[in-house]
Amino acid sequence: MKTVTGLPQAGRYLARSLAQSLRLMVGLPDYDVYLSHMARTHPGLAPMSYEAFFQERLEARYGGGKGRCC
Amino acid sequence: MHSIRRHLVWLVVAVIGAFALGTVALARGESINALWVVVAALCTYLIAYRYYSLFIADTVLGLDGKRKTPAHRHNDGLDYVPTDKNVLFGHHFAAIAGAGPLVGPVLAAQMGYLPGLLWILAGVVFAGAVQDFIVLFISTRRDGRSLGDLIKQEMGVVPGMIALFGTFMIMIIILAVLALIVVKALAESPWGTFTVAATIPVAVFMGVYLRYIRPGRIGEVSVIGFVLLMLAIFGGQAVSQSATWAPMFTFDGKALTWMLVGYGFIAASLPVWLLLAPRDYLSTFLKIGTIIALAIGILFVAPTLQMPAITQFAQGNGPVWSGNLFPFLFITIACGAVSGFHALISSGTTPKMLDNERHARFIGYGGMLAESFVAVMALVAAACIDPGVYFAMNSPAALVGTTPEAVAQTISGWGFSITPDVLVQTAKDVGETTILGRVGGAPTLAVGMAHILHQVVGGQAMMAFWYHFAILFEALFILTAVDAGTRAGRFMLQDLLGSFVPAMKRTDSMAANLIATFLCVAAWGYFLYQGVVDPLGGINTLWPLFGISNQMLAAVALLLGTVVLFRMKRDRYAWVTMAPAAWLLLCTLTAGWQKIFSPDPKVGFLSHAAKYADGIAQNVLIAPAKTPEAMSRIVFNDRLDAALCALFMFVVLSVLVYSIRSVLAARASGHPTVRETPFEPMPVSVAS
Repeated sequence: MKTVTGLPQAGRYLARSLAQSLRLMVGLPDYDVYLSHMARTHPGLAPMSYEAFFQERLEARYGGGKGRCC
Repeated sequence: MHSIRRHLVWLVVAVIGAFALGTVALARGESINALWVVVAALCTYLIAYRYYSLFIADTVLGLDGKRKTPAHRHNDGLDYVPTDKNVLFGHHFAAIAGAGPLVGPVLAAQMGYLPGLLWILAGVVFAGAVQDFIVLFISTRRDGRSLGDLIKQEMGVVPGMIALFGTFMIMIIILAVLALIVVKALAESPWGTFTVAATIPVAVFMGVYLRYIRPGRIGEVSVIGFVLLMLAIFGGQAVSQSATWAPMFTFDGKALTWMLVGYGFIAASLPVWLLLAPRDYLSTFLKIGTIIALAIGILFVAPTLQMPAITQFAQGNGPVWSGNLFPFLFITIACGAVSGFHALISSGTTPKMLDNERHARFIGYGGMLAESFVAVMALVAAACIDPGVYFAMNSPAALVGTTPEAVAQTISGWGFSITPDVLVQTAKDVGETTILGRVGGAPTLAVGMAHILHQVVGGQAMMAFWYHFAILFEALFILTAVDAGTRAGRFMLQDLLGSFVPAMKRTDSMAANLIATFLCVAAWGYFLYQGVVDPLGGINTLWPLFGISNQMLAAVALLLGTVVLFRMKRDRYAWVTMAPAAWLLLCTLTAGWQKIFSPDPKVGFLSHAAKYADGIAQNVLIAPAKTPEAMSRIVFNDRLDAALCALFMFVVLSVLVYSIRSVLAARASGHPTVRETPFEPMPVSVAS
């Protein structure tokens, strides 16, 4: 986990977490995390562009026919 | 000394909570402030989280922070991603909180706010949050598998299939009851109908924008969509006041039913990016925003609860839904106290993103506490409006009449004094022609929310805006659920039918998809239509079926938890899941039995059918049926509902039998028989 020091940094961390939360609520994980994952584990492969990543996640969330809660 | 001081602050929380709960429970005759309810609920959650969930985490389950989670094991940056626990909490909460926790407590308010409040609090602490937490734990230890797979793995293939089939039937009932809520809210309401209809072109515009104009810019398109939605609310006001436009958006329940069925079929057949995804963005963000706004509103306005703590309808015979407090209160409030559907979410995407197994406590148990708080707020919103208005909105016309004068007289006769003028004025305040017979919970909640929020923003002039904002917010995510649920049902059905007709399984075949979608829409559409023409308002029939089935799914999930605990050789702690499972089995089986066999025609399906069948035999018309054909339709529907109820009981009883067998086998074995993914240590870089 990141260590948070100072107010500006705490604010930045909060804003980033909030943006990540809102995106993940509609099924879109963090693109930067995906990029760093690809760079770390599959350095030979070209990662998807943001647009392709967005499309892929959209199909994965809604295409499989997952239910929604009541 | 140190350890005592550590508990001291929690002791203070407990004392405050107990005092608040005492104030709520013992107030007789005088109205109390809603803040007492809020404080009582929050203190209960804090104590339960601090002590009970910690006990479950450490002693019962033995969560291990050094064990590799699926997110690390299968990390792909897409489905499996180790995620910050606060971020994941938001995701999980958005996935579990829907219309359920908002509607059930409103319907339960007919017994007064106290029975509902006590059940919400006790239910969530000992059943609902435990279920979500344990299913999340079980799924996390098994690579994030789904509930159906977990039951197959731990109990066998047959109970797995039975549970899947049960889930499909529950889905159909949920879709019907959700759609019914929308129909009841929009019937004869040009303002509401226009606003909700306008969300379709707004969503399509957003979909095109996201795909072709600015791909993937969710934040910006959601802001644009939100502005358009607000314009749609004002547009709806203009439409409702126009002599030419208003009739074009005024429909009765039957017409709306056909539109909704048609909409469901088309929406579930369109590509997901065009309508489903963009509207899901809007409904998710609006839902979270509105829940926060309502919380701020309640704290800021601190409304007084007008509804008595307990009404005479706690004895049964209430107008909103029939039946006694036991067992029907416990199935009327499903979501918010305990909801089986959450087991599907807790074994869905969340376990694949858990960074550390120990986070399951905060996300599983804590997430459900948050949903429970939404239910408490809905209860407050329903209890802070005039009880006379509450009963006028929620009682079917067959019981109280159709004119303001007749309704006011009947309801005043029950002891909730109300004048016809107040009923007419309330309708005018919220910009509607009538509020009578608006059953289903959503319109009542909208009046309650408007009552609270107009005191924060806008004053009296904005009351109608807030009412339609609340209707829009509920309709929006109900329509998303109808669309997504129809798709999910279609996939389940194709899977199920595929076992007999292999061609049906092909999801790339247009014909197979359309047939399955049609069957799915026809199934929920049938129950929806039946609910709309039901003389007692439909909610009286469909909501108990939904509640029974949803609580039965919760019982199934808790039985799974019990089997897993025995297989882990933690027999002495198995009461943690056995006790709530036993309570839910008792409630749902009693409720199911009464819905089928009760001699009271208002409660029992078969006695209601018999009443009309006798009428047919003796050639007498029984109101509100106007023709013998209508009477035979009522008889048929009653028997169908009874059969459905029996089917649900069969599903849960057979899972119970298989659970007992698995538990006995686990006890006979001398060592743990649990089938977890083998232990692997967390990578050094993340172990903390």
